[in-house]
Amino acid sequence: MSDVAIGHGQPFVRKEILQPEPPPASLVGFSGWARQNLFVGPANTLLSLFCLALATYVAWIMLDFLVLRAVWTGANREACIGPEVGACWPFITTRFGQMLYGFYPAEEHWRPATVFFVAVALIAPLLTPSAPYKKANALLFFVAFPIFAFVMLSGGFFGLRPVETRAWGGLLVTLVVATTGIVASLPLGVLLALGRRSKLPVVRFFAIAFIEFWRGVPLITVLFFATYMLPLFLPSGWSIDGLLRALVGVSLFSAAYMAEVVRGGLQAIPKGQYEGAMAMGLRYWPMMILIVLPQALKLVIPGIVNTFIGLFKDTTLVAIISIFDFLGIIRSAFADPNWATPGTVYTGFAFAGIVYFIFCYGMSRYSRFVEERLDVGHKH
Amino acid sequence: MAITHEGPAPAARPPSTSSIWNDARFRGNVAQVVVVVVVALALGAMVWNAQENLSNQRIASGFGFLDQTAGFGLNQTLIPYSESSSYGRALLVAILNTLLVAVVGIVFATILGFLVGVGRLSKNWMVRKVCTVYVEVTRNLPLLFHILFWYLAVLAAMPAARNSYSIFGEVFLNNRGVYIPRIVFGEGSLVGFVALGIAIVGAIALNRWSTARREKTGQQFPVFWTSVAMLVALPLIGFALVGFPLTIETPVLRGFNFVGGSRLLPEFAALVVALSIYTGGFIAEIVRAGIKAVSHGQSEAAASLGLKPSLSTRLVVIPQAMRVMIPPLTSQYLNLTKNSSLAAFIGYPELVQVFAGTTLNQTGQAIEIIAITMGCYLVISLVTSLFMNWYNRRVALIER
Repeated sequence: MSDVAIGHGQPFVRKEILQPEPPPASLVGFSGWARQNLFVGPANTLLSLFCLALATYVAWIMLDFLVLRAVWTGANREACIGPEVGACWPFITTRFGQMLYGFYPAEEHWRPATVFFVAVALIAPLLTPSAPYKKANALLFFVAFPIFAFVMLSGGFFGLRPVETRAWGGLLVTLVVATTGIVASLPLGVLLALGRRSKLPVVRFFAIAFIEFWRGVPLITVLFFATYMLPLFLPSGWSIDGLLRALVGVSLFSAAYMAEVVRGGLQAIPKGQYEGAMAMGLRYWPMMILIVLPQALKLVIPGIVNTFIGLFKDTTLVAIISIFDFLGIIRSAFADPNWATPGTVYTGFAFAGIVYFIFCYGMSRYSRFVEERLDVGHKH
Repeated sequence: MAITHEGPAPAARPPSTSSIWNDARFRGNVAQVVVVVVVALALGAMVWNAQENLSNQRIASGFGFLDQTAGFGLNQTLIPYSESSSYGRALLVAILNTLLVAVVGIVFATILGFLVGVGRLSKNWMVRKVCTVYVEVTRNLPLLFHILFWYLAVLAAMPAARNSYSIFGEVFLNNRGVYIPRIVFGEGSLVGFVALGIAIVGAIALNRWSTARREKTGQQFPVFWTSVAMLVALPLIGFALVGFPLTIETPVLRGFNFVGGSRLLPEFAALVVALSIYTGGFIAEIVRAGIKAVSHGQSEAAASLGLKPSLSTRLVVIPQAMRVMIPPLTSQYLNLTKNSSLAAFIGYPELVQVFAGTTLNQTGQAIEIIAITMGCYLVISLVTSLFMNWYNRRVALIER
């Protein structure tokens, strides 16, 4: 603009619009981002560096142990001995069948495998919001599938060889306990929640007493109760299977937690819905089944999934009554002298941790996805 | 059943010609009677069966066994206990051990949870990410996994006593546990404790007085620093008067083991670490949600009143966040207490391990023992939730 004529009696007029200046270098790109988010003042910088060092250290240790120094093949502990050896993966691969199915006879492994696949085939569309035939699908999963799974797993029908539940183990037991818990506890929990909100004092009293009792005691004592006390309460001569006892305990326990989740949903339904249903002449049960519960249950899907995550993690406790779930099988494998190496324990924990994390993290992502989806237009 | 009750009282209705089954109140009463009968029948059958089974299997019943000699030792006792003590005494020891783990775990879990929860809201990206990873990893692994990991993979892998890890030569870590220094109070220490008691009472009184004065006149009084000075100085003077009868006993390696100091069982250490880390992840989420629930306008208003960030956090944000946080925090504390029962897996002598484990095996009285065990947890849960409800009412928002 040096050629602007001053003194010609003409005021200053800008001929063209100036291009905006680029932002200062300290604000753009990675360095700018880092300056604003990582290095604000000395204390903040120190904190960032400390966290960075911590994260790098942990990541490096895991990578180094699990991948770089790991042993991938071998027949016994000889392969995994040495000062420079990391994770001992053959320990996992040789026992993989056991970790999946426990001591289920090897030639019958196709049965639990079929049940796994059918379960996945039924659950996947059930959890996909856009998939059609939700009602038929739910009916199949909650009514037909348990019967199918029971027949397939325990055998004794249609020429299938009976397999005692004592032989079941590993991930199979973990999934059986978790799935039974959720399938049995959902209807029971709905009933309890309705009972707790009932206006009939006796029904309400029993519902509250039941819920608060089971929520007040640890699952481990419930398992002890189911194993040692329950048989005493049954007519003499009746004996129930060890796994079934645990399933009864787990179902009652999770029903109490489920009831509280469902109650939250019931409370979130505006009174107008009840009044509207009554104005249409619906009695209690039609009102609940047709109007209130469908809305309430939809609202609490994230809560139900969270209860299920808790239940899935709690299945590890069945090991206290000598049922070998996934973690229990891995723990018992540590005692195997064929694989006793310094790295065995860490390998086992790493594998168990990865498997549990994948299951639980997957479920919690799903619950968050549903939550976000329901958040649209469903705010009361 | 429930809703159909609403409406005018039946007495006010005109006499109805329709069946009595259409009367909602009548149907409600029938339903209640049916429930009572079913529950009573079920309970009766259970009691009947239990008596039958007990007499068939020749199992004694009643609580008389609590006075019998236990005959087993316990490796951590907060009150005097020996093998010749009774089962009742063993129960008491076990309850105290459970409470010890629960209290220590709650303290550490709360500290960890608050740090991580605040860290997840930090403006620093690195801190935020590290805290997020911590929360996701701890919450998505079973608690038993945490406990076994710390017990079998970390503490069991500690070196033998001779090669212990030492922290400043005072604290020693080895595969037999954690050895920490112990303060031994000699004769005359009572004076010091009395002084400490006076200091605590004085601090509370000072706080009340200064609050009353502030509300009346608006004058501030440096309560915090005065209290700290009092709490430090008075016991010091008290102990100085009797010539400092305190000795700090440091653990010393003698032969193959340490002598002196206090020893924490590896089971105890693993349990406390695992419970704190696991529950800390859940508390972090509660803290984060609580702080996010306080609207941004509150901290802006505090800033416009001239409060500096630290004061606005302490006086404006945290008190309001606490209201949101207390109910879920209570259930986490209860969960931690109940989860301490997982100690049975690693053999820490708490309620389930000692009572539902050893005592049940020795006496075989399943009904009484499991009822007592469940009852203890129920009482602990009830007392904790009563206390937290009381605290909740104190801090709850008083609406117009």
